[in-house]
Parts: sequence; C-alpha cells; structure tokens
Amino acid sequence: MVLGNYKNCVCARAADPAILSASQDGGIVTQLFAFALEEGIIDGAVVAGQGDEPYKPEPVVATTVAELMEARGTRYTICPNVSMIKEATRSYGLDKVGIVGTPCQIQAVRKAQLYPMGMRSVGSKVALAIGIFCMENFSYQGLEAMVEDLCNVKMESASKMDIGKGKFSVYTARGAVSQIPLKLTNKFEQPGCKVCLDYVANLADVSTGSVGSPDGWSTVFVRTKAGETLWGKAIEAGYFETQSIEDVKPGLGLVTKLATDKITKNQKNLDERASFGVGKGLRNPYI
Amino acid sequence: MGLLSDLMEKIFPKNKPVDPKAAPGPVTVPEPAAVPKPAAVPEPGTVPESRPEAKPAVKPGDVKVEKKPEIIETEEKPVAEKITIGHVHMSGCTGCLVSLADNYEGLFTLLDNYADLNYCLTLADVRDIPKMDVALVEGSVCINDPHSVADIKKTRENATIVVALGSCAAYGNITRFSRGGQWNQPQHESYLPIGDLIDVDVYLPACPPSPESIKNVAVMAYLLLRGTDEQKELAAAYLKPLMDLAKRGTEACGCDLMFDVINQGLCMGCGTCVATCPVRAITMVYGKPNIDSDLCIKCGACYAQCPRSFFNFDVMNQFEAIGEAIDAAMGKGDE
Ligand SMILES: Cc1cc2nc3c(=O)[nH]c(=O)nc-3n(C[C@H](O)[C@H](O)[C@H](O)COP(=O)(O)OP(=O)(O)OC[C@H]3O[C@@H](n4cnc5c(N)ncnc54)[C@H](O)[C@@H]3O)c2cc1C
Ligand code: SF4
Ligand code: SF4
Ligand code: SF4
Repeated sequence: MVLGNYKNCVCARAADPAILSASQDGGIVTQLFAFALEEGIIDGAVVAGQGDEPYKPEPVVATTVAELMEARGTRYTICPNVSMIKEATRSYGLDKVGIVGTPCQIQAVRKAQLYPMGMRSVGSKVALAIGIFCMENFSYQGLEAMVEDLCNVKMESASKMDIGKGKFSVYTARGAVSQIPLKLTNKFEQPGCKVCLDYVANLADVSTGSVGSPDGWSTVFVRTKAGETLWGKAIEAGYFETQSIEDVKPGLGLVTKLATDKITKNQKNLDERASFGVGKGLRNPYI
Repeated sequence: MGLLSDLMEKIFPKNKPVDPKAAPGPVTVPEPAAVPKPAAVPEPGTVPESRPEAKPAVKPGDVKVEKKPEIIETEEKPVAEKITIGHVHMSGCTGCLVSLADNYEGLFTLLDNYADLNYCLTLADVRDIPKMDVALVEGSVCINDPHSVADIKKTRENATIVVALGSCAAYGNITRFSRGGQWNQPQHESYLPIGDLIDVDVYLPACPPSPESIKNVAVMAYLLLRGTDEQKELAAAYLKPLMDLAKRGTEACGCDLMFDVINQGLCMGCGTCVATCPVRAITMVYGKPNIDSDLCIKCGACYAQCPRSFFNFDVMNQFEAIGEAIDAAMGKGDE
C-alpha cells in the first residue's frame, strides 16, 4: 500500500519541448492538463499561479493552455489549491474541473467527494485530480530562510528550485547553483507534514514526481479508471514519450524506499503524539 | 444509545480510546485493508441483469464484472425491505430539507427503493412522530417552546438512529445568535443544538449539508440496517467519523480550525476549509486559515470538511469503488 493502488506505472515526459522548457520535471502535469483541456475532458484546472511575490504561489483556475504554462514548475511552499475548487464550479462555472495537488490536497478532494457536507455540486465535477509526489512542504518564511539565508540567493534571482539526491538546490538565471543538504532544511518543514502518510498521492487519478526517473523525466502512476482512460488517449495521441519503468534508473525501488521511509517516520510521529504530554496526547486525525 | 452504537461495538471492538500511557507500538506501515471492497448496492426488487452497466464511454475492459450486484435471494427478506426515514423539523429554515429534495431523481430512487419517508410535516400528512429507523432532525430546539422539547424527546424515543441534519441541529449555527423578539412568538429566544437534550448518533453538519452528503448517509444507513454483513461493515466504517463528530460536542466555530487543527500541529494548508465556508469567513494567511469571527455563523462545516479533522483510510482508500457503488445504487453511472 505504500505506493497506493495503480493500474500502471511508467517513466514519461511531455512530447512538447515548449512545455519542458520550464516544467519542473517531465512536464506531466502541464501536458496532461493541456491535453484534457483540448479534448474537453476538463474545462479548466486549479493550479499554482505565480502570485505577487517570487515563489509565493496563489491558486488560480487556468482555463487556457497559456495559463497552464504560466503555472509550471514547483514552488516549495504551501499553495492552498483546494480553496479554489468550489469557486471553479461557481464563479468560473466549470462543469469539469481539473486540480493538481500534493498528496494531502488530493486526500482533501476525495474527502470532499465521499463526505461532501460543505461541497455541494463539487464532487461530481472533479474530472481529473493530478497528484504530485511530496516528501514535505515549507511555509513561505521557511522557504525564504532556506533560499536567502542558507543558500544566499535572493528570492527574485532564483530561476528554479529543486529537491533531489538529498539536496535542496536553487538555480539562478545567471547560471549559479546553490545547494544545501536536506538535513538543514528539515527543521523548516511545516508541522502538518509530520503526520502525513502519503508520498505518491495514492488517491489521485494520475500521480507524478521526479523520483525514480532520470533527470528531465517523470515517474507516473496511473491509478483510477478516469486516469487510465485519459492517459491512454494522451499516449495514443502522441502527447508523451515513455520508457518502461523497469528499464530506467533508479526506478521504482527508490520510490518504494522513500515512500516507506516517509510513512514509517510519520507513523512513528503519530505514535509519539499519542503520549506527547503527561497522561495526555495530541489528536490523531486518522482514528 | 441506539442500535448503531451496539453495532459499532460489535464491528469495531478494538476501537477503544488509545491509552496515552501505553508505549508506542512497533512502527508499521499502515495497511488499511480492514474494510471489504464495497459490492454494488443491491437494488431491491430488481434482477441484476436488467440493470444498466457502467458507462459505455469507459473502455469495456474497464468494467469489472465482479462489481455486478449480488443476486438477492428472495428468502433474504430483510434486504428487500425498505427502511423508514422521518424528517423532524425543529427550528431551522427548511434549507436542509430542500437540500435533501435537491437530489431530484435521486430522491425518487431513494424513496422508491430504499426508504419510506414516514414522517415529514412539510411533505407528508402525518401528525405524530411515529417509530422510524432514521430520524433526520433539522434545526435546533427552542427550549421556550414545550412542543419542540416534547417532539425532540419523542424523536429519540422512536428513532433507532438520530441524525443531526445540518448545522442548526448539530451546533446551533445561526440560531445561536437568536435574541428573541421575532413576530409572532417574541418570547422564543433560547435555542439549543439537539445534542444538548438528547443523544445523537450521527452528525451531518454544514449549512445546509449538500444533497450528495445526505444521499450518501441515507444509502449508508440503509446498508447498515438492511445490507449484507460486508455492506454493514462498510456502512459502519463510513458512518463512524460522523458518529465521532456527534460525540465530540455541540459547539462549533471557525475557531475549531485553530484549536483542533493548527494548534495541534495538523494543518497542512490545503485550503479545503476556505472552500467549505458558506459565508466566506476564511482566508489563507501564511498558508493557514484565518477566520473572520464577525462573519462566522458557527456552522462547523469547515472543521468537519477538513481532511485533518478526520481521515479514515479504510474508507477513503476505496473512494472510487464506493463512489461507483453509491452511483449504482442511485441508478447513475449509465448516462
Ligand atoms: C512541496 C512539494 C514537494 C515535492 N516533493 C517531491 C518529492 O519529494 N519527490 C518527487 O519526486 N517530487 C516531489 N514534488 C513534485 C515535483 O517537484 C514536481 O512538481 C512534479 O514532478 C511535477 O512536475 P512536472 O514537470 O510534471 O509538472 P509541471 O508541468 O512543471 O507542473 C507542476 C504543477 O504543479 C503545480 N504546483 C507547483 N507548486 C505547487 C504547490 N506548492 N502546491 C500545489 N501545486 C503546485 C503547478 O501549478 C503546476 O501545475 C514535490 C512538489 C511539491 C509542490
Ligand atoms: S508532506 Fe504530506 S502534508 Fe506535507 S505538503 Fe506534502 S502531502 Fe501535504
Ligand atoms: S482544511 Fe484543515 S488542513 Fe486544510 S487548510 Fe483548512 S484547517 Fe488546514
Ligand atoms: S468559519 Fe465558516 S465554515 Fe467555519 S464554522 Fe464559521 S461559518 Fe462555518
């Protein structure tokens, strides 16, 4: 269960070089939304828009490919995408909504569908939920501390940030790269992540991340019937290049290891929360 | 309390509150497989073959044959028997009832196949609160009105499962703000959530709870009372967090997000609460919800909808199958 239910897993990247030019990894999210938009499978998607300050994303409802392109790339800070999910069906009047989110955000979407108390006419309109792998996330102030204090790069100079191979890396437009080991960034992890039991967005229609695949490629889990139908169509239409996940390095083994590590660590945190005080514990949302 | 609690005891005997002093057990990767896969809900009186199969738009290979509804043995009388549901109107605006009705054809499917609405002052001509399996109580209780007080007690007496339908019944909601003085009963000023007067089994908060959420709870209540053992187990697992909400208390506020989510180190900034709030009292500040207390009507929907108030993996991991099963029960999935 550490990797969730899935129908198939591949290594893939977008066929369109224009998407890859500024996507975080294989451009899976942007390419799949763009395809779904063109096919009429979604009318728009909630994505992490650029926001007013550098690397401080705001959720936006993208209804054009241009808007999807604007939102490419990972911002390692909270972007409350689910806050726009009802709005997408109301002010924007969308009947078929796409949403991208971290595993916890996809969990929120599924709860909104199964227990839709305050989510009238939302659940049935979620046509495509794309999950992105996630080890942890940071508050904006935490990210600023990592980038400006530890990496010594101004937020506005950064052209890309990435987490991989045990390091947090910041790239600038002028070609500088600044890296710090993840053990320095750990303390900035937002508290809510310490109880998170999902690494690869187990409840998404399709989930994707860089781990397991070579640079510039993505690992993709196709999970639900809706996801499978869409992915099949996109492959048929030539929107993605793929390789067998068995043929690439480091492959699924690393994904499984990281997922197991995360879940084990956070399950331990949950257990410790139960006896956090003296005869008093902290709340466990899962029981 | 009612049958539901007894059932829960049988189904979740292990689910005793965690002893905080107990040493943390060995670390295990959670393997939430306790609940059986939902078989399609049987439609009483229908032969499976006559039922429309899943969407043809989906590749035929996707349609899992084993998802076919189980054939109902005619001797298994209880499966075909409808449950009785009553709508008890306390001090509420009828918005919750309208929300139930807003299931449109779904409401008819519900009433045709699963439930008889045997009490509902707005829609049916029955004066006295009868015996019923499920009472959907809308509105809070005006304790200045002896009729209301008598009715809520009668409801508890006559219903196996009492559901607080909507935020007024569960938490008081806007009736908390009552100061009386309304024509033509100006002396009616004190309103209490039903849970302050009777034991409540299931909470379904929100103002109003969405039609879909009422439908889901109705279907699950049917499965709990009339389903196969497996269906009962699924229904009990589904309803458990809503029963826990009923035990949690009768006060709600946007502040619950601070007290029980952020302060507890559980908020991860998904923004669900923002989308949930009916009065837009919540905005995200520094990646966490900020509540405008002047706007908050104390409906409790934000907390209930928050994935960090409750998240039951045993049910959620099967979201696709459960969604399909409910759709099949409601005759959907064929359009
Ligand atoms: C906080 C965080 C932690 C991550 N940790 C890992 C990890 O440990 N391992 C791993 O393999 N992958 C991780 N990822 C995912 C990875 O960084 C890429 O986002 C993913 O591979 C998608 O790349 P892409 O090229 O397919 O997407 P792109 O085409 O570049 O699109 C990315 C999409 O994600 C959206 N997005 C960007 N930032 C956020 C955000 N903060 N919240 C919600 N949506 C956002 C964008 O709007 C865009 O639509 C993480 C992502 C985030 C946001
Ligand atoms: S670690 Fe979990 S809780 Fe934190 S942002 Fe990622 S998915 Fe959400
Ligand atoms: S819904 Fe819960 S976890 Fe999500 S932002 Fe609101 S309080 Fe935080
Ligand atoms: S903040 Fe909004 S959703 Fe939460 S209790 Fe108040 S009114 Fe209800």
